[in-house]
Amino acid sequence: MREIIKSFTVSIWFMFLTFPIMVIKVNTIEKTIEWRWERLIFVGIGSFFLSFLWRYLITRKESGIKKAEAGEEIKQPLSQRFFEDRRLFFPALGGVIILTVTFPLFFSSYQTNIMTNALMYVMLGLGLNIVVGLAGLLDLGYVAFYAVGAYCYALLNYHFGIGFWAVLPIAAAMGALFGILLGFPVLRLRGDYLAIVTLGFGEMIRLILENWNKFSFGPSGIANIPRPTFFGYQFSFDHSFIYIYYLMISLTILTIFVVNRLQNSRIGRAWIALREDEIACQAMGIDIRKTKLTAFALGATWAGMVGVVFAAKTTFVNPASFTFMESAIILSLIVLGGMGSIIGVILGAFIFILLPEYLRAIEEYRMLVFGAAMVVMMVFRPQGLISNIRRTYEFRSSKKQ
Amino acid sequence: MEPLLEVKNLLMAFGGLLAIDGLDLTVNENEIVALIGPNGAGKTTLFNCITGIHKPTGGDIFINISNKKHYRINGLKPHKITESGMARTFQNIRLFPNMTVLENVMIGRHCRSHAGVAGAVLRNGKTRKEEKNIVEYCYNLLEKIELDPFVNEQAKNLPYGVQRRLEIVRAMATDPFLLLLDEPAAGMNNQETKELDALINKIRDEENIAILLIEHDMKLVMSLAEKIVVMDYGKKIAQGTPEEIKSNPVVIKAYLGEEDDT
Ligand SMILES: Nc1ncnc2c1ncn2[C@@H]1O[C@H](COP(=O)(O)OP(=O)(O)OP(=O)(O)O)[C@@H](O)[C@H]1O
Ligand SMILES: [Mg+2]
Repeated sequence: MREIIKSFTVSIWFMFLTFPIMVIKVNTIEKTIEWRWERLIFVGIGSFFLSFLWRYLITRKESGIKKAEAGEEIKQPLSQRFFEDRRLFFPALGGVIILTVTFPLFFSSYQTNIMTNALMYVMLGLGLNIVVGLAGLLDLGYVAFYAVGAYCYALLNYHFGIGFWAVLPIAAAMGALFGILLGFPVLRLRGDYLAIVTLGFGEMIRLILENWNKFSFGPSGIANIPRPTFFGYQFSFDHSFIYIYYLMISLTILTIFVVNRLQNSRIGRAWIALREDEIACQAMGIDIRKTKLTAFALGATWAGMVGVVFAAKTTFVNPASFTFMESAIILSLIVLGGMGSIIGVILGAFIFILLPEYLRAIEEYRMLVFGAAMVVMMVFRPQGLISNIRRTYEFRSSKKQ
Repeated sequence: MEPLLEVKNLLMAFGGLLAIDGLDLTVNENEIVALIGPNGAGKTTLFNCITGIHKPTGGDIFINISNKKHYRINGLKPHKITESGMARTFQNIRLFPNMTVLENVMIGRHCRSHAGVAGAVLRNGKTRKEEKNIVEYCYNLLEKIELDPFVNEQAKNLPYGVQRRLEIVRAMATDPFLLLLDEPAAGMNNQETKELDALINKIRDEENIAILLIEHDMKLVMSLAEKIVVMDYGKKIAQGTPEEIKSNPVVIKAYLGEEDDT
């Protein structure tokens, strides 16, 4: 009953707040005011139900926490059961592989292009995930490394005619180098301060590209960047989309492979320890300078590589593609999918990039919907869609009886 | 015989506050030394100076490892100090909450292993072997301290007493010659404190690790320590065996006088 009264007050408050924009409409031509009272009722009922639902979900969540604290058996999360049950996991994996490989055969090059896009964000997400998800360093300027990769290809090709494949490793190295360059000044920073400095770094790179006309051709950018070749063979316009798609698939698989190995290694453990507690981490003999720098470098490498693919795919780069918005999207898809979890990041990237493409209806409200989704996520599932599963070990007890 | 750890005339100032004011302290091989003193005496600050979290304002800290004589460690980075053979626990537990018990201990092995990025990606024979050794070493250690039933549990889900013990095991995994324990019995019940007493003795006897501990539980201190150092306002006001400390009027005035249970 109290809940109902609370929701009722909320709805009254909302009706009051939205009154000027929802109800009053000034007809500027006839100079009259229209009163649309029926809208008031919709707002009232709508906000009443939303607020009620919200309260219900909150109480449910809290009772769940209480249960867990009381030590009652909690069900393993669905995702974890899914990955542990091999009869379910392998057919699903097979299905995904077949679908991705045959995708261009069944769908138009437009669709393939969208998929390529999503895969690029998967790779970017996995790269940033090393820095944010594993090492716990909030980096808001990740797009800078993406820009470095793209301009690396554009400029090297423009001046020296170097091809896609030769630039790919160069861009990866440049990404790593810039990662370290960013890493040094922020070694001592944490939390909010780190976020602001990295944000500044991202904007700085973009502003340099925009204003240093002699070097980067300013806002007009660089055009006519060649698409990638296949052992010297140049594909036709349509086929090159498919080629880039397969290329992106291979790069994504490479990324998943490497990131997975990294996170289950001595270095990956050090990153996670750094995220968990910086002071304990150094007191346990971990060089946090080195650990942070490797995280920045290895995270930025992937952005550098995706940057090259981006330049090759659009055949044109200009600074407008590398705004803070991109960093925000990459960060949000990690948060949405689940920080520190590879599968989570992949899922997050697909949801974030594909959903707006296929749900054109919500396009105008895209940012609104994402905003709302993020708020709901933070309240009900702060660990993301798929939480990071710690590796377990089996032991035979070697105790003497 | 040279002492393992030798602190000489140490100064640590925070702005105008002298948290440590000309302190001398030695810990010998295989010794259990207790550091006591009222709240705010500067005990934790001393630990922070020794382990490199704070850079001392003045004075010297030496360690003597078997062949390297008089190795000055002032201002070294914490990981260097841990590498040289001193490991610590924290007054308010600082485990890695979202890592498993085993992984927490494995972090302790970090400074005793070498695999780099290339090793991690290629996962060659050398890396695999090293990784296997780390896992086995840590599991054996957990078994010794009887924490093996929790091996795959996340640290944040452990009971409080177990968390305290895990922090000790994690420090032991760095293969130290001296363990610095900051109030290891804080928040423990009688039973747990008794077990801790046995554990600390066991670590000293079986692993030959010297121990420097801060503790407010006088019963534990009196039963464990061979030497007690009493601090107040950053200064050492007394030092001696438990019997000497118990009857020292200066100590009673500064510290024990406030306690009823001694
Ligand atoms: N980082 C710091 N900056 C400024 N002052 C500090 C800092 N760390 C400790 N102090 C001050 O130094 C003094 C000694 O603190 P310390 O934590 O060493 O006391 P303690 O003996 O460990 O006390 P307790 O028994 O409560 O743990 C206190 O007055 C404290 O406020
Ligand atoms: Mg203290």
